[in-house]
Amino acid sequence: MKHVLDFERPVIDLREKIAELKKLTEEKDIDLTEEIHTLEERLENLEHDVYTNLKPWDRVQMARHPQRPTTLDYIEHLFEGFMEMHGDRLYGDDPAIIGGVAKFEGTPVTVIGHQRGKDTKDNIYRNFGMPHPEGYRKALRLMKQAEKFGRPIFTFIDTKGAYPGKAAEERGQSEAIARNLKEMAGLKVPVICVVIGEGGSGGALGIGIGDRILMLENATYSVISPEGAASILWKDAAYAQQAAESMKITSYDLQDLNIIDELVPEILGGAHKDLERQAELLKPVLRKELDSLSSLDVDTRLEERFEKYKNIGEYASSEI
Amino acid sequence: MFKDMFGKKKHYKSTPNKQSKKEVPEGLMQKCTGCGKIFYRKEIYRNLFVCPHCDYHMTITAYERVEQLVDNGSFEEWNEDIQTKNILEFPHYQEKIEKDKEKTNMNEAIVTGKATIDGEAAAIAVMDSNFRMGSMGAVVGEKIARAVEEARIQSLPFIIFTASGGARMQEGVVSLMQMGKTSVALERHSRAGLLFVSVMTHPTTGGVSASFASLGDYNFAEPRALIGFAGRRIIEQTIREKLPKDFQTSEFLLEHGQLDQVIHRHELRAVLGSLLDIHSTGGETDEART
Repeated sequence: MKHVLDFERPVIDLREKIAELKKLTEEKDIDLTEEIHTLEERLENLEHDVYTNLKPWDRVQMARHPQRPTTLDYIEHLFEGFMEMHGDRLYGDDPAIIGGVAKFEGTPVTVIGHQRGKDTKDNIYRNFGMPHPEGYRKALRLMKQAEKFGRPIFTFIDTKGAYPGKAAEERGQSEAIARNLKEMAGLKVPVICVVIGEGGSGGALGIGIGDRILMLENATYSVISPEGAASILWKDAAYAQQAAESMKITSYDLQDLNIIDELVPEILGGAHKDLERQAELLKPVLRKELDSLSSLDVDTRLEERFEKYKNIGEYASSEI
Repeated sequence: MFKDMFGKKKHYKSTPNKQSKKEVPEGLMQKCTGCGKIFYRKEIYRNLFVCPHCDYHMTITAYERVEQLVDNGSFEEWNEDIQTKNILEFPHYQEKIEKDKEKTNMNEAIVTGKATIDGEAAAIAVMDSNFRMGSMGAVVGEKIARAVEEARIQSLPFIIFTASGGARMQEGVVSLMQMGKTSVALERHSRAGLLFVSVMTHPTTGGVSASFASLGDYNFAEPRALIGFAGRRIIEQTIREKLPKDFQTSEFLLEHGQLDQVIHRHELRAVLGSLLDIHSTGGETDEART
């Protein structure tokens, strides 16, 4: 079943109407070509209107779309010969984060990402893409391996957040994330992070420190979910739409705030409409960024990474 | 045992009600936030704001912490003039900041600088939960990052006292990125072979616990502090079960291998002094480190 978002309802309705007329033409042998043509033109305009004027809340829904491409989808279309590797060697294997080795246009690389499920069963297995500490520790293990063998690292960010559970706290969710932030800061190989869906708080950042932060057009990145912010700030989760606007969580906002390095456009209607074409849009960006990072020596790269984070944030001062 | 610590209030029927509390001259008496007993403020002060009755470690301001900790007169404050901007133009944020500035007499939720402890120099940062719950926005991140970087340049150890509810929501993703900013600075400090000590105090949660607070070469905490990643209510809603009372306390973290020690406030200065001493002498030279 197709999942329809509220704001695209008019588009879907019109599309259905056209389909109906087409069926009528065939079955009843009535010539409606003229009408269909008019409606199709109108549809094209409507699609353009709807999908190019997305509000922050629309993008939140887009980022959470059940059919939105996941890390594994992108891996299949962007890399060759991906081999998944499991386990943190300490406690277990977290299916909410996947990782392994592959080739990117012939170059050996390490790929890591949050992994959501696409249906209920898959989502339960993946814990809805919400990692436990062992997920972050597996990610770090694979990153250290990449560093040892001089492989660039790609990470794909797509999580509501790190899992807020009892066991996660007992095993040191905070420490696992914190350690990754610090270790990623010092990785000697190029690190490129791509926010493909929801960038949920510390759970996203836990595999999100790198030389380049890219973001798909309809992805979001925020310190807390709009619902969470609304329930804390306005004491009512129903203010989520308002929170989504105030918190500045879209790719355009992050571009304005100089937090992301590149905004990767999505195909009209969102990445889920055509994964193959979306991957084609993303691939040259990854190539370009990898080439520019590979041309730097390690010290320069680390220095630039340090500077990049140093410059995030604004403040006032009354310098004497 | 633990339930006694928070449940005490009802055992003391003599706890003054709101009206009689007003009769207590401002600043003369202070009530323990743990057990509710009233003490002369002087007595509490002399006891480093630890309750003489129940040993509860009360919240203290950043400057009180500095005073307790460092050699008298040795503190030199850094970057005290950096002030908050409403980066996202978040509704009512500036008013809240102004209110807390007035309340605390501070510009932001952290004080940084340089001092000596038992004669050993260190860069220190102390968070203050009285200012917007000690939450981390761009200024807190900037002041920590600058202090860490200055420590690296001066080859100083860095000691932080955390007290924070986490990231500051009104600064959105900018506050989230301060986790990255501080961690990246600490990585550099660490790569230079320098010492970083984190002392978690009540409360240390969310993005602060999931960044610099957990990154010490030594991670300590004061007794009975709340320390954790996710909020108790969120976890209970997620897993649909009641959490044990001592969940996410210092003692709980120690038991689960997340802390080096839980240190009583009376012992803090001595422990830090000894640790600085251990790290000031001997050891391999920089060249021997990789």
